[in-house]
Amino acid sequence: MQLNRDELVQAYRQMRTIREFEERVHTEFATGDIPGFVHLYAGEEASAVGVCLNLKDGDYIASTHRGHGHCIAKGCDVKGMMQEIYGRAGGLCGGKGGSMHIADLSQGMMGANGIVGGGPPLICGAALTTKTLKTGGVAVAFVGDGASNQGTTLESYNLAKVWKLPAIFVVEDNGYAESTSSAYAVAGSQSKRADAFGMPGYEVDGNDLVAMHEVAREAVERARDGGGPSLIHARLNRFYGHFEGDAMTYRGDGEVEKLRAEADCIQLFRKHVTEAGLLDAAQLDAVDAEVTSLIDEAVDEAKAAPPPAAEELLTDVYVSY
Amino acid sequence: MAKKSFREAINETLLQEMRRDPTVIVMGEDIAGGAGSPGEDDAWGGVLGVTKGLVAEFGRERVLDTPLTESAYVGAAAGAAATGLRPVAELMFVDFMGVCFDQIFNQAAKFRYMFGGKAVTPMVIRTMYGAGFRAASQHSQCLYPIFTHIPGLKVAIPSSAYEAKGLLTQAIRDDDPVMFFEHKAMYDEEEDVPDDPYTIPFGEANLTREGDDVTIVAIGRMVQFSNQVADKLEADGISCTVVDPRTTSPLDEDTILECAEETGRVVVVDEANPRCSMARDIAALVAERSFGALKAPVRQVTPPHTPVPFAPGLEDLYIPTPDKIEAAVREVAAA
Repeated sequence: MQLNRDELVQAYRQMRTIREFEERVHTEFATGDIPGFVHLYAGEEASAVGVCLNLKDGDYIASTHRGHGHCIAKGCDVKGMMQEIYGRAGGLCGGKGGSMHIADLSQGMMGANGIVGGGPPLICGAALTTKTLKTGGVAVAFVGDGASNQGTTLESYNLAKVWKLPAIFVVEDNGYAESTSSAYAVAGSQSKRADAFGMPGYEVDGNDLVAMHEVAREAVERARDGGGPSLIHARLNRFYGHFEGDAMTYRGDGEVEKLRAEADCIQLFRKHVTEAGLLDAAQLDAVDAEVTSLIDEAVDEAKAAPPPAAEELLTDVYVSY
Repeated sequence: MAKKSFREAINETLLQEMRRDPTVIVMGEDIAGGAGSPGEDDAWGGVLGVTKGLVAEFGRERVLDTPLTESAYVGAAAGAAATGLRPVAELMFVDFMGVCFDQIFNQAAKFRYMFGGKAVTPMVIRTMYGAGFRAASQHSQCLYPIFTHIPGLKVAIPSSAYEAKGLLTQAIRDDDPVMFFEHKAMYDEEEDVPDDPYTIPFGEANLTREGDDVTIVAIGRMVQFSNQVADKLEADGISCTVVDPRTTSPLDEDTILECAEETGRVVVVDEANPRCSMARDIAALVAERSFGALKAPVRQVTPPHTPVPFAPGLEDLYIPTPDKIEAAVREVAAA
């Protein structure tokens, strides 16, 4: 199904927002102002955006270590996210979660996850909620190629199928689980794993926003219609290391430079929509300028924002205790 | 009010809470039993029949038999709780939590704090614990200290059928994740249990006996053993207070300390292994906060630091018994 012009602009804006966000976090992390670990999604934008364009309020996603892109695609506030990454009181989680735990349940975003393979069981639960309460909602678990080998992920495939849950599993295969290649660590085929559990499995070029959107549309419609779970295996690329500070000595000479030049999902999208006459370059340039300004503001505000008050150490452990 | 077994009290609680609130669901392995099989539906109602009959009233949409897949369904319970249901997941034996610990302690327990107070995760995990069934090392442990250690979890350990109904009702209505421990040797024990629902607040200890000489703090099944000891020693002129904390998280420290200071002599009875146990925790609490009031060292009655053995003679040696509790009480009373 063809995306209309508004949807194409929205897709471009979201992908550019994720990219600009991640490029800035990369730069700012190097200054030492951002505490802890960050894992950047740059290069993988077409997956989060292509999938989440199909989602609505009342739908849920669970994310990974590499969660900033999923958050933005599902509608989390960018400034709240940046404050969270800086550990500020005004962050989405009050500065108590950080990059690896950014969440906003009011947006259906059930959290980045510090545990590899943590998300799929949670998504079975969210899908069970929408099914039990008959809300029509669906739930999407994003997992990396690393998490695809976790028992939790494989158990969740089985449970989702047994319970006929409105769930979609998106395996984002960027070629590396930390430093270990998926070529080494993944036995068999991701989509044939779906076959084995009796659910539809898709192999898709994760650099192609339109293709990602289309397979996700099928899977989401199936789930909404009571057709049960599906699996999408997207091959895509990670432009930065596993974490910021990773020297990436395991990658080939010129590998990332070549990917950026030839397989950048945003550049490929831009080329496609301008050459097909769907959007013009000036329109996209205007989006770029707006996004840059938004991220500038987000960083400036985050730097200036106060940290959580000392008493916040002890709050929010329980609803009541 | 009628006499009900520990099993019947829990079954009745689930039934009443599911009637009261349509978002309450139960899930677990063989929780109805017989799913997809050619024979009887609701064949088991849980391995020890605690959930028997629920599926007949609420159907398989709210009484969910799971595959043998604790990681997936305990995680699903956490995800469902965070999105609007009140799941009661049965983790058949607490020993099995080794494969789903992540979903309990990294996910459910941490959502609220990690997400800045914006998550509510009202889930209950019912699980069996305890030795005495000749079930050996992987089906007999008392792992509640491990869960008590995790901020974000509440831990309830009922000591009788009455306690089970009130604490489980509270657990299901509670907005935090609750680990609910059922001693497998107690399911057939009966006492008067009101028919109507009632709650017992968490963090409020119950004094099952009150006396002047020795305070016995006991957990779960050990409360009953301690009551027997208190009754026996009363005749010998040693009068005991028995404190049932009911929940180890939150822990009613004030009541424990008040009783400790009144008697000046304290025995802590815990069926869990001794290292990093509730026994050590409570002994340390009393030693730190009520040291000046103590007339004797705090004594702990626990199993040895070993796995639970299979051979009946060895298992009997392992479990804290009324005789062992009595000996400890007499020792501190004489000190």
